[in-house]
Amino acid sequence: MILTHVEAGVLTLTLNRPDRLNSFNDEMHRQLAEALKIAERDDSVRCLLITGAGRGFCAGQDLNDRNVSVDQETPDLGLSVERFYNPLIRRITSLPKPVICAVNGVAAGAGAALAFACDIVIASSSASFIQSFCRLGLVPDSGGSWFLPRLAGRARAMGMALLGDKVSAEQALAWGLIWQVVEPEQLADKTQTLAQHLATQPTYGLGLIKKAINASATNTLDQQLDLERDLQRLGGRSDDYREGVSAFFAKRQPEFRGK
Amino acid sequence: MSCDWILSAQAGRVLTLTLNRPDARNALSTDCLEQLVLRLEQADGDESVGCVVITGSARFFAAGADLRELQQQDVAATLTDRRPQVWQRFSAFSKPIVAAVNGYALGAGCELALASDVVICGESARFGLPEITLGLMPGAGGTQRLIRSVGKSLAYQMVLSGEAIDARRALQAGLVSEVCVDALTLETAQRLAARIGAQAPLALRAAKAALKQAQESALAPGLIAERQLFTVLAGTEDRREGIAAFFDKRSPEFKGR
Repeated sequence: MILTHVEAGVLTLTLNRPDRLNSFNDEMHRQLAEALKIAERDDSVRCLLITGAGRGFCAGQDLNDRNVSVDQETPDLGLSVERFYNPLIRRITSLPKPVICAVNGVAAGAGAALAFACDIVIASSSASFIQSFCRLGLVPDSGGSWFLPRLAGRARAMGMALLGDKVSAEQALAWGLIWQVVEPEQLADKTQTLAQHLATQPTYGLGLIKKAINASATNTLDQQLDLERDLQRLGGRSDDYREGVSAFFAKRQPEFRGK
Repeated sequence: MSCDWILSAQAGRVLTLTLNRPDARNALSTDCLEQLVLRLEQADGDESVGCVVITGSARFFAAGADLRELQQQDVAATLTDRRPQVWQRFSAFSKPIVAAVNGYALGAGCELALASDVVICGESARFGLPEITLGLMPGAGGTQRLIRSVGKSLAYQMVLSGEAIDARRALQAGLVSEVCVDALTLETAQRLAARIGAQAPLALRAAKAALKQAQESALAPGLIAERQLFTVLAGTEDRREGIAAFFDKRSPEFKGR
């Protein structure tokens, strides 16, 4: 249900249940968690790329897994959020390496939130984003209610979350939900090229940048200034910083090793 | 006794002791704890040490006591266990201790942090007393020191449920005084320890004794003890030096007299 492929420092994870629009069930969560371990532990992986197989990116939770017949106990959705979705979002946002999301088709519910949790989102022009929870009496989860107002502003977040309308890739770009829109046939190439570029960059420093920007969402300016001081202290001690500066003075291309 | 489980390094007046049992998640067996205390006792008589930092690894400060050890103890053996005395010797250390916590500080590890004077932790830190989940309870100050630092409700919750809290919660509750980026935890603790260690040794000793007194007695006797310790310092050379240096706008040179 999850395909993994490592090439040139890029770990590509493909959500692979195309007949179910790559929607999540428990087993896919488990496999995705296993794959994320590689991203976390393998130093040779310097960029993570997440995409979907087939025509959709990820339709969120597979509703076939949800038993809601009246004669049985209702499922505890909170438990599923706590066990699977929250750890997933936490792991992606705290991974000290860039995470690129190639949204190849519809991203709905937790699938949309998964994309918003990634660092750089590139969507196919045929992709769309839907916060479909409201149509089932549910709440945007997996960070959806946190990312949306920060990315698009309160008015658009409310519109998306309360109406559940489909937002096109172009609209998502205009609202600042995502970084770029490309033609469907170019998506794989463009995102792979970008990922391979990032995998040659000062990974440790990129991890610090990611930490700083993520922390800024909840920090005050004062706290953020202190954090910047600390992170700069760490960045300044990295091998890549030394390499960057000496390459600059020697007027040559730096060779970063991610440390 | 060899001290393989405790790495020790001194820089200036700061002695850093690192728990080093990576295979056992830095579990505090009685031997390990005793090695730590022996190091502290050496430092107590060593004039070159002003302040001690205790730390663990990136993932574990210390993940508890040694369960195999506990498993073998019946009531009689527990009654005559030398471990409480080792903890008492830890408490008797007269110089300031800063705990630098990254990762898990659980059970005895959490109690070690609680028994230290200042706790600095990284964002990854988790504090918890999971003893209850094993059918036992904290036995080295966990139920006493925790409630004094975080208050009743959270202390009951932690001790009775065994659930750990994260760094942010620990800061809010007063269990730690500062949270920093993981990679800077030890450095931050050492910088603080250097500042503490540079102060007049007798004043540090008296101030620590006064602060300890605050947890052990009521306010009135505490105030009396504080005043007595304050008065004792009036007779020291370092006190005259400290005030003179302040007026001369220079750094004081303390001699520990």
